[in-house]
Amino acid sequence: MAFKGLDYYDLDELLSEEDRMVRDMTRDWVSDAVMPIIDEAYENAVFPRHLVPQIGELGLLGANLPEEYGCAGMGPTAYGIICQELERGDSGLRSFVSVQGSLVMWPIFAYGSEEQKRRWLPEMAKGNKIGCFGLTEPDHGSDPGGMITNAKKDGADWILNGAKMWITNGTIADVAVVWAQTEDGIQGFLVEAGTPGFTAPEQKRKYSLRASVTSELVFDDVRVPDSARFPNVKGLKGPLGCLSQARYGIAWGAIGAAMACYDEALQYTLGREQFGKPLAGFQLIQAKLAEMVTEITKAQLICWRLAKLKEAGKIRPQHVSLAKRNNVAMALDIARVARDMLGANGITAEYQCMRHMCNLESVYTYEGTHSIHTLILGQDVTGIAAFE
Amino acid sequence: MKIVVCVKRVPSTDSRIKIAADGTSLDTSSIEWILSPYDEFALETALRIKDAATDTEVVVLCLGPSDATKELRTCLALGADRAIHLEDDGASRHDAQVTSGLLAEAIAAEAPELVLCGKLAADSDQGQVGLLLSYRLGFPCVTEARELTAADGKVTAKRAAGGGTSEIWELPLPALVTITKGEHEPRYASLKGIMAAKKKPIDASDVSAPAETLRVTLMELPAERQAGRIVGEGAEAVGELVRLLREEAKVI
Ligand SMILES: Cc1cc2nc3c(=O)[nH]c(=O)nc-3n(C[C@H](O)[C@H](O)[C@H](O)COP(=O)(O)OP(=O)(O)OC[C@H]3O[C@@H](n4cnc5c(N)ncnc54)[C@H](O)[C@@H]3O)c2cc1C
Repeated sequence: MAFKGLDYYDLDELLSEEDRMVRDMTRDWVSDAVMPIIDEAYENAVFPRHLVPQIGELGLLGANLPEEYGCAGMGPTAYGIICQELERGDSGLRSFVSVQGSLVMWPIFAYGSEEQKRRWLPEMAKGNKIGCFGLTEPDHGSDPGGMITNAKKDGADWILNGAKMWITNGTIADVAVVWAQTEDGIQGFLVEAGTPGFTAPEQKRKYSLRASVTSELVFDDVRVPDSARFPNVKGLKGPLGCLSQARYGIAWGAIGAAMACYDEALQYTLGREQFGKPLAGFQLIQAKLAEMVTEITKAQLICWRLAKLKEAGKIRPQHVSLAKRNNVAMALDIARVARDMLGANGITAEYQCMRHMCNLESVYTYEGTHSIHTLILGQDVTGIAAFE
Repeated sequence: MKIVVCVKRVPSTDSRIKIAADGTSLDTSSIEWILSPYDEFALETALRIKDAATDTEVVVLCLGPSDATKELRTCLALGADRAIHLEDDGASRHDAQVTSGLLAEAIAAEAPELVLCGKLAADSDQGQVGLLLSYRLGFPCVTEARELTAADGKVTAKRAAGGGTSEIWELPLPALVTITKGEHEPRYASLKGIMAAKKKPIDASDVSAPAETLRVTLMELPAERQAGRIVGEGAEAVGELVRLLREEAKVI
């Protein structure tokens, strides 16, 4: 049966016809192309790379960037809905699209030279080229400003040294957006795969986001020309600007994972009988379902409003923090409760909730941990930074 | 070449069907609507001809209620060039004579070289409209084609015939072909297609239908399924099960 996302408050009515078409198309594609293969990809810890050209053809990569660079030129709501529907399938797939679109294509578009845009954006939109985003380091996660990866000027070139860790798409990327300390503060560089001194070994043995590639990036005297540097941004605001884009999509994406878990828990408890009647007929089960419906509806309203703020240019990074923090925690809770409601079946690959649950542990940590977003909100409302 | 594809809006195949109080129509309050699946195949067939010959114009034609715009917009997002919407809120009650008459009039005004229809609409399951249309238009017709190509002023249709054989037909143009599921799955609308669809025209006009000669007098839901029966347990039950499947259910 076709997947029907929870829509308790008829939020469909708030979407444009075009946004609904994007939703229906992405939802159908996920049902047809992702659902039949994702459990096995997850179990075998392989990224379903064969889907990338299809994702490109549908226009889902950098969907909110302009048509002149081969992108679809959609608005923020459509971009959010795409993330939601992809994450209904798997957080790993949504991570791929977030990194490609928001963390690689977006900074090329926002900070890059015209030449960088023309060279990379159309090919990345088609999925012919894959990108990754290197900010986190082994010793600097929540505190990226302390990074030690550095770039030193050598004539007309730059020499990069250092290492990044936990980098989504790293091993399969054709190009890495790398943030490094320079004399002028933090700057971004486009480092191509195969550049001498640059390697990207995969980090194995993950229990989460198994259908996504995570890698180290190692830079050992890597020489790149000045034309590989983003000319239009300096300082930590460069990478933080990208993160705001990606976090926006993650806030929507988490709803997708939550809807999948809710739907699975509802169908399961309606179908399974214990003590002579369907599980869904017991009050404790109904309380869990009622809580899920309430929390998903709240998260949907947050995202809908966030999209409107973004459209109007009134969005602040702190608005995005609130949404990412709330929605990912909400989805993780729902995945855990759904897992419980499915009993023993809930721990198997026959069902989705455990996969979503394990995935969401990463989503809770990356793009600013839950605690870091708490501190961002705390600072915003008190004016006092509590990071240190 | 100009191709007209006739498309109909039908209840989605997993809608919970309820009969309305009048006993002769569906209760539409909780129905989700989709493009009839065979019409999707017909549109895909037309779009593949257009992929191969870009000077092809694909026009979708729908006789249906005013809110069938959604399905027409989807056709445009998939790649049709424009849409004609004959708005008629009573369309689902028309008999095939009335429907084909209204469609034939609109098609004649377009003077296409090729008309494609799904082999039947997923709601009424009758498969009359395509045939009646070809008769009204005076176009040669092949039914249930699985594949269709167009070249040199004619179309070649491949259809399954008896005994697992395939037939290849050549039709001079203009022609009408009804389409069934073939090798090619309908495409997805791309984001670019969805954006482009906003700018494509839907030519909507009210139609007034002549009185039907035929009407559905009563609709009935299938009987509730009987409860299952346990014929025994373990290996000993196999013999009895096989006997019942053979003698009672007559399925083996
Ligand atoms: C699967 C996966 C994919 C990733 N992909 C990418 C990628 O593509 N690119 C990239 O650059 N990074 C990526 N990351 C890295 C991710 O962004 C970091 O893991 C994250 O920022 C947290 O950093 P850390 O792991 O070093 O944890 P730490 O910063 O060491 O934090 C550990 C714990 O301490 C808490 N903590 C930290 N500081 C404070 C404080 N001041 N007050 C209170 N609590 C605090 C944190 O909330 C957390 O609970 C990915 C991570 C994962 C798991």
